[in-house]
Amino acid sequence: MSDATLFGLCGAALVGLGLYGLICHPGALRKLLAFNLVGSGVFLLFGAVARRGAASGFGGDPVPQALVITGLVVAFAATALAVALVVRLAQAAGRTDLDPEPPARSEATPERPS
Amino acid sequence: MSLPAPVDLGLAALVLGLAGWVITTSATYRAAEGFVAYGLVLALVWVRLGSVDVALTEAALGSGLTGLLLLRAAARLPADDPAETTRPGPGVRVVAAVLCTAVAGALAAVVLLLPEPAPSLAPAVAANLSATGVGNPVTGVLLAFRAVDTLGESIVLVLALVGLWSLAPDDAWGGRPGFLRGPAAASPLRFLAQVLPPFGILVGIHLLWIGADHPGGKFQGATVLAAMWVLVLVAGLRQPPRVTSRPMRGLAVFGSLVFVGIGTAGAWLAGAFLAYPEGLAKPLILSIETALMLSVAVILGLLLAGPPEPDDAAGVRS
Amino acid sequence: MSAVEISTVFTVFAVSLGSLFFLAGTLGLLRLPDTLTRLHALTKADNLGLGLIVLGLLPQVSSPLGWIGLIAVWLLALLAGATVGQLLAGALRPSDGTPPDRGGGSA
Repeated sequence: MSDATLFGLCGAALVGLGLYGLICHPGALRKLLAFNLVGSGVFLLFGAVARRGAASGFGGDPVPQALVITGLVVAFAATALAVALVVRLAQAAGRTDLDPEPPARSEATPERPS
Repeated sequence: MSLPAPVDLGLAALVLGLAGWVITTSATYRAAEGFVAYGLVLALVWVRLGSVDVALTEAALGSGLTGLLLLRAAARLPADDPAETTRPGPGVRVVAAVLCTAVAGALAAVVLLLPEPAPSLAPAVAANLSATGVGNPVTGVLLAFRAVDTLGESIVLVLALVGLWSLAPDDAWGGRPGFLRGPAAASPLRFLAQVLPPFGILVGIHLLWIGADHPGGKFQGATVLAAMWVLVLVAGLRQPPRVTSRPMRGLAVFGSLVFVGIGTAGAWLAGAFLAYPEGLAKPLILSIETALMLSVAVILGLLLAGPPEPDDAAGVRS
Repeated sequence: MSAVEISTVFTVFAVSLGSLFFLAGTLGLLRLPDTLTRLHALTKADNLGLGLIVLGLLPQVSSPLGWIGLIAVWLLALLAGATVGQLLAGALRPSDGTPPDRGGGSA
């Protein structure tokens, strides 16, 4: 198994982990953290593809590498915008879950089919 | 089948462990702390994958600035937020776990079944890199072969800033960004904010300059410059500019305007939008990089500084 | 032994010793009883460990600019480590003039 395959599998696992956090955390900021994990997993998949394309004396295919750099900067901008939305939500509503109804009680929210 | 190097196995285990910590830990602030460490280890993974350019960006931007953003946001969340304690029931968790495992498994299958020999644009880049005058293939891709991506990205950054500012309440418009303001900083932090920026600015310019031939470039340099500005703001040595400040707005769009200007000139002089006239490629690329670095640094700093807040809010928030 | 071999042996020795300090600092971080002693173990071991690793790598770099870069890395890490140590310690002792919440420097 090459390092590209190893870290590619690592990226796949990160996408799965992040997706799980995205679904299971009610807090918007936690969802955002989880989404950043999904993003870095996707970037790592790009990294594995870039590493496999090493040729002509380069350590990796520079085209996917450049795309990842672009992606990292755009991901930061999107995260900053989302963080501002979360902070605004917390100021306006005093809470950061995305439940449209105010919580009737403080225990665990009931499961919803949707 | 050969085994990967032990250091690679260790790094992969560390990355997955830290990601698991970010997902499973109970408090949001701790999860954000874990995310910073996760980003730093991920930067080492990028070094192992032979991509030092991405590693620099991940360490500075993905771990450093994103971590700061998330930590500041976590510290501002309401203490009695119901989202901190509620969790979905076991049924939802099991279904989610099964679905996410399926997604991860499908992606893993894709990784294992990637075509052999691997398709690569590296030979094409190597064959044409000399025409751009730069020696770093990633810089060549970012500023010459796929310059349109970079142009789009610089405009996305401006739009993100517009979106962020538009979240301000009406009475806050014209105020100063509020995320980084707080109680007076402790004296060690003020000392650091006085000593470090000259070195940081030097490192940022160095990263831009060597980015032509070695790992580095405008994004990495801009991130370091933005970090220095943010350090000064967090320490309270300077106030962020008002959102209505015209010099600052001009600086934020300066890079994109230079990029569009040189790109449009290329339509006449070199026959295509974003094409460079022969022999002038390197000076033009360096001009775009310098202008973009300034603008990206300003925008990254302003994105971290958050939307404007009314003036009377300054200093009273705990 | 030639000069190259001597410098290689020196590098291996210094870098190994530096790694040992990192290991000791990490053990201290995990095992020591309270925050101040953990902080002490961490910063001291990091500073010494990184210093030894930089010292060990110096003979492997041929250009003076490379030396300056390596030494700058160490000095900047010293500055950052000292500042963070002060901030964390200050956050533990709110009585000495720093604000009581997170020592004013939660970032």
